[in-house]
Amino acid sequence: MVPQDFKSDQYVRFCPGCGDHAICAALQKAMAEIGVPPHQTVVISGIGCSSRMPHYLNTYGFNTIHGRGGAVATGVKTSHPELTVWQMSGDGDCLAIGGNHFIHEIRRNVDLNICMFNNRIYGLTKGQYSPTSPKGFISKSSPFGTVERPFIPAQLVLGAGGTFFARTLDVDMPTTVDCMVQAHKHKGASVIECLVNCVIFNNGTHEWIANRELRAEHSIVLKHGEKMIFGTNKDKGLAIEIDPQTFIPHIIVVPADDERVLVHDAQQPDPTLHRLLALMGQERFTDVADADSQSPLPVALGVIRNVTADTYDQAVNRQIEEVRARAKAQTFDQLTQSLEQWEM
Amino acid sequence: MEKENIVVRFCGDSGDGMQLTGSLFSSLSAILGNEISTLPDFPAEIRAPQGTLGGVSGFQVNVGKGVFTPGDKADVIVAMNAAALKVCALGSKFNQKGATYNEQDALFKRDAVVIVDTDSFTDKDLEKALYTTDNPFTELGLPESVQVVPVAVTALTKEALKDSGMDNKAMLKSRNMFALGIVCWLFDRPIDKAIHFLEGKFAKKPALIAPNVKVLTDGYNYGQNLALSINQIRLMAATEQEHGTYTSIAGNKATAWGLIAAAEKAGKRLFLGSYPITPATDIMHELAGRKDMNVMVVQAEDEIAGVCTAIGASFAGDLACTSTSGPGLSLKSEGIGLAVMAELPLVVIDVQRGGPSTGLPTKTEQTDLLQALYGRNGECPLVVIAASTPANCFRYAYEACKIALENMTPVILMTDTYLANGTGLWRIPQMAELPEIKPQGVPEELKGKYNPALRDENGVRYMATPGMEGFTYRNIGLERDSEKGSISTNPENHQKMVLARQAKVDQVADRIPDAQVQCNADSDTLLVGWGSTEGHLKAAANQLNCALLQLNYIYPLQRNVGDIIRSYKRVVVCELNSGQLAAYLRSQVPEVTLLQYNQMTAQPFQVEQIIDYVNNL
Repeated sequence: MVPQDFKSDQYVRFCPGCGDHAICAALQKAMAEIGVPPHQTVVISGIGCSSRMPHYLNTYGFNTIHGRGGAVATGVKTSHPELTVWQMSGDGDCLAIGGNHFIHEIRRNVDLNICMFNNRIYGLTKGQYSPTSPKGFISKSSPFGTVERPFIPAQLVLGAGGTFFARTLDVDMPTTVDCMVQAHKHKGASVIECLVNCVIFNNGTHEWIANRELRAEHSIVLKHGEKMIFGTNKDKGLAIEIDPQTFIPHIIVVPADDERVLVHDAQQPDPTLHRLLALMGQERFTDVADADSQSPLPVALGVIRNVTADTYDQAVNRQIEEVRARAKAQTFDQLTQSLEQWEM
Repeated sequence: MEKENIVVRFCGDSGDGMQLTGSLFSSLSAILGNEISTLPDFPAEIRAPQGTLGGVSGFQVNVGKGVFTPGDKADVIVAMNAAALKVCALGSKFNQKGATYNEQDALFKRDAVVIVDTDSFTDKDLEKALYTTDNPFTELGLPESVQVVPVAVTALTKEALKDSGMDNKAMLKSRNMFALGIVCWLFDRPIDKAIHFLEGKFAKKPALIAPNVKVLTDGYNYGQNLALSINQIRLMAATEQEHGTYTSIAGNKATAWGLIAAAEKAGKRLFLGSYPITPATDIMHELAGRKDMNVMVVQAEDEIAGVCTAIGASFAGDLACTSTSGPGLSLKSEGIGLAVMAELPLVVIDVQRGGPSTGLPTKTEQTDLLQALYGRNGECPLVVIAASTPANCFRYAYEACKIALENMTPVILMTDTYLANGTGLWRIPQMAELPEIKPQGVPEELKGKYNPALRDENGVRYMATPGMEGFTYRNIGLERDSEKGSISTNPENHQKMVLARQAKVDQVADRIPDAQVQCNADSDTLLVGWGSTEGHLKAAANQLNCALLQLNYIYPLQRNVGDIIRSYKRVVVCELNSGQLAAYLRSQVPEVTLLQYNQMTAQPFQVEQIIDYVNNL
C-alpha cells in the first residue's frame, strides 16, 4: 500500500503553514507502512483543528463531538477489536473537555492509537489558552496572562498508567512516522504527543526545538536499545544522578563517551525513568517566566515508553467467550427456560 | 371469605428480608393462578440504623383478579417492628410529631388486618421509632376497625429453631419466614407448594432450606391457631389470560431481556454503555451477567461516555444501547444529538425518577417527557416510546431496538421507578413469535459509490459499517451535504437536511400499530395517559365507566391519536407531572380543549383520587 491509498477526495482545509498538514501526511505514510487496508481502519476524532483529520483519510471515519472521541473510539474498538482504531485529538479536546475519557481510555488500556496534537492553544475557536499553555500565557481569553499551571501530557499519561507514550514534532517526519508505526504495533492505548505549530495563533511555540539549527542541541530522539546521545556533533549523552541529600534522581548531561550514558529501555515496566526523560526541557513550556530557560537537558522525542499489558478490548471479549463456552443457555429461548415459570 | 383481590404490604427493617418475603408470596400466588402487581418501597438510605423510621423497607403486592396496580392501600399489613407499624399507620406523616392515623395518609385501610411482631415493641424499639408513650397502638390512634393481630414472631422463630444449633443472629434472619407462613395460611396457600417453592429459591444455599422450611411451617401452623380471631381469605383466580407460560418479572429485567431478544432477532451483538444511576442500574446489572447471551457491557467513566461508547459501537455495527435516569439523560443530550445528526441507531433507556437535579432518586415520576422530546440543541427529532407495565418493558425495549435499527434513528424508551422495580405477570415469548427486525444495511451495488447521505425510499439512510470493503465513509456531527455526504454549510442544504431528518422520524408512524381505546370506548369522557400510569388509569376508567387512551408511542404519535382525542366530549390528560403530555398534545391536536389531572408527589397515582377528581369535574 502507498500513502495515496489513504487520501480522501476532500480538500485539506488546515491553514497554510499549519503543522497539521505534516501530521496528516505522516499519518498517510504510516498507514501505508502499517499495511492495514483502509476499510479495516477507523479514525475517530472529537472537535478542533486536529479533529478534521478523518475527512482527509480514505478510511472509515467519525468526526464526533468535543472531547468525546476517546469514548466513541473505546466503543468502536471494544465492540470490534478486529478493527485498527486511531483517535485524533488536540490539547483542548483531550486534556480539557475530554480529559475524563482520555485518562480512562489510558487506564483501561484500550488498544487505540491516539494522536494528541499539542499546539498549546485553541485554534478552531480562534485563540484561547489551552491546558498546555504555559502559566502567564497571554491570549484572547487571558489578556493579562493565565494564572493556571498547565498539564504536561506525559505526566498525565504516566499517572493514568499509560503503557505507551511517544512525543514527536510536526517538522520531523521520520520520527512522526516511526512513532505512529510503533503505536500501531503496541497493543494498548498508545499516546503520541504531536507537537504542532499553530501558525495563526501561537506561531513559534515549539521554535526551541523546531528550529533546524537548534533542534540537535535542544532535543533528543530516543530509540529503544540505543544510547542516549544528542547534540550537533553527537557529543553529548544523558546519565542519571541521585542527589545525595534528597535522594531525588536527576538526568544530567555528560560527554558522549562517558560510561554512564544511559541506554534507552522503553520496555521497562517501572515508569520512573520514563517520567524523568519525558519531563526534560519542559520548563520553557510550563511557565512564561521560564520561557528563556537554558536548561541543558534536551526535549525527548520518539517512543519514550512502550510496555506490554493486557488490553481492555481483548480482556472483555475474552471474558465473554469464556462465559459462553461454559454457558448452558446461549440463545434467548434457552435463557427463558431458566426462569421460574408456570402454565396459565 | 372470598375476595376479588387483596393488597398485602410486608414491612420491616431493611435487614428483615421484606423484599424477599414479598416476592416469594407474590410468585407463589402467581403460580397458584392469581394476577399480581408488586411495588417495593425501599428506604432512601443504604442502611439506616436498625429499628429506626429511616430504615423501614416495604413491599406491597396486589393479588387476585382484575389486578392492574399494586393497590392504593393495603388490606393486610405485616409489620415486623415498631418503626414499620408507624410508617404504615402515618404514611408520609410518619415524621410528624403527634400525628395519628388518618386514612388519607395511611398505607393501610381502616379495616385492615395488621399482623405485628410483638417482640419488636420493647421500650428500646419504641424509643428508636420515636414513640413518646409506651402504648404504640393508642399513640398512633389506630381506629377500632383495624384488626391488630399480635404475634410473638421472634420468640416463636427461636422456638422453632431451638434444636437447629444455629446462633441467635442466624435464627433471627428467619423471622420473615414465620410471617410468610402466617400469610400463606391467611390466604390459603397450600403449604406444600410454598415449601417446594422455597426449596427452589434456596437451591444454591442448601444449608438454609431446612431451617427456613421449619420456620415457615411453624408460622403456617400458628396461623391455623389464629383461626378463631381472623378469617382466612380466598382469592379469586386470574381473569382469562392468554394461554402460555408465565413468570413474574420486574420492569428493569424485562427491559434488559427485551434488548437481548432484539439483538438475537436482528443478528447483532448487544452493546450497553452505561454508568450506574438509580433506578436504572439494574438494567446494567442484568446485562453484565448475560455474557452467555454475548452481551457486551461497558461500565463507562461517566454518563457521557456511556452514550458515546454506545455510539461508537453502533457506528461499528452493534445494536447499541445506553441506560440512565433523568440526570444522566441531561448529560447524554449532546451525545444523543450526535446520534441524530450522524443518523445512527441507538436505544436510550430513561428510567425516570423524581427530579429536577438529583431530586428523589428512589421515587417515581413522569417528568422527563419534554426533555426526551425536546432536550437537545438544534432541530433534533427522534423517536420516543414508553412502556406501561413492568412486563411490557420487554415489548417496548424490543420495539425500541427494532425502530432504531430499521430507521437509523435514536429511540428513547421511557420507563420509571415504578415500572423498574415493580413486577407483574409476563407471558414468556418464543423467539419465533417475535416480530422480524431488519436492520438497515446498504445495497451491494453501492460499493465504491457509497456515501452517508444516500437514503432508501423511506428516507432512511443506508448504513455501511467498518470492515466492509468499498464503503469507507466519514460520519460527522457537522451538517452534511444531502447528496455527497461531506461537510456542508450551504443554507439551502441545511434546510433540506433538517426536513429529511424530520421526515425520517415522522414516517415511523407508518410502521407502528394504531392506538386502541381501552375500557368503555362509548363513554363521552376519555382519560389520556402515557407510560406507567396504565394500571391506575385502567382501574379508574373501569370504575368511572369511561374510556382510556394510554399512549406507548409518544413521538411520533400513532396516526389515529388525533381522531380519537377529537371524538370525545371531555378529555382528561392524567400524568405524574405538571402537564407535559398535555402540553405536547396541545401542539399536536391544537383544536381540542384538554383537561388535566396532575400529581407531583413522586408517588404512583391513587385510583380513588383520580375517580374523585373526574367525578367532581
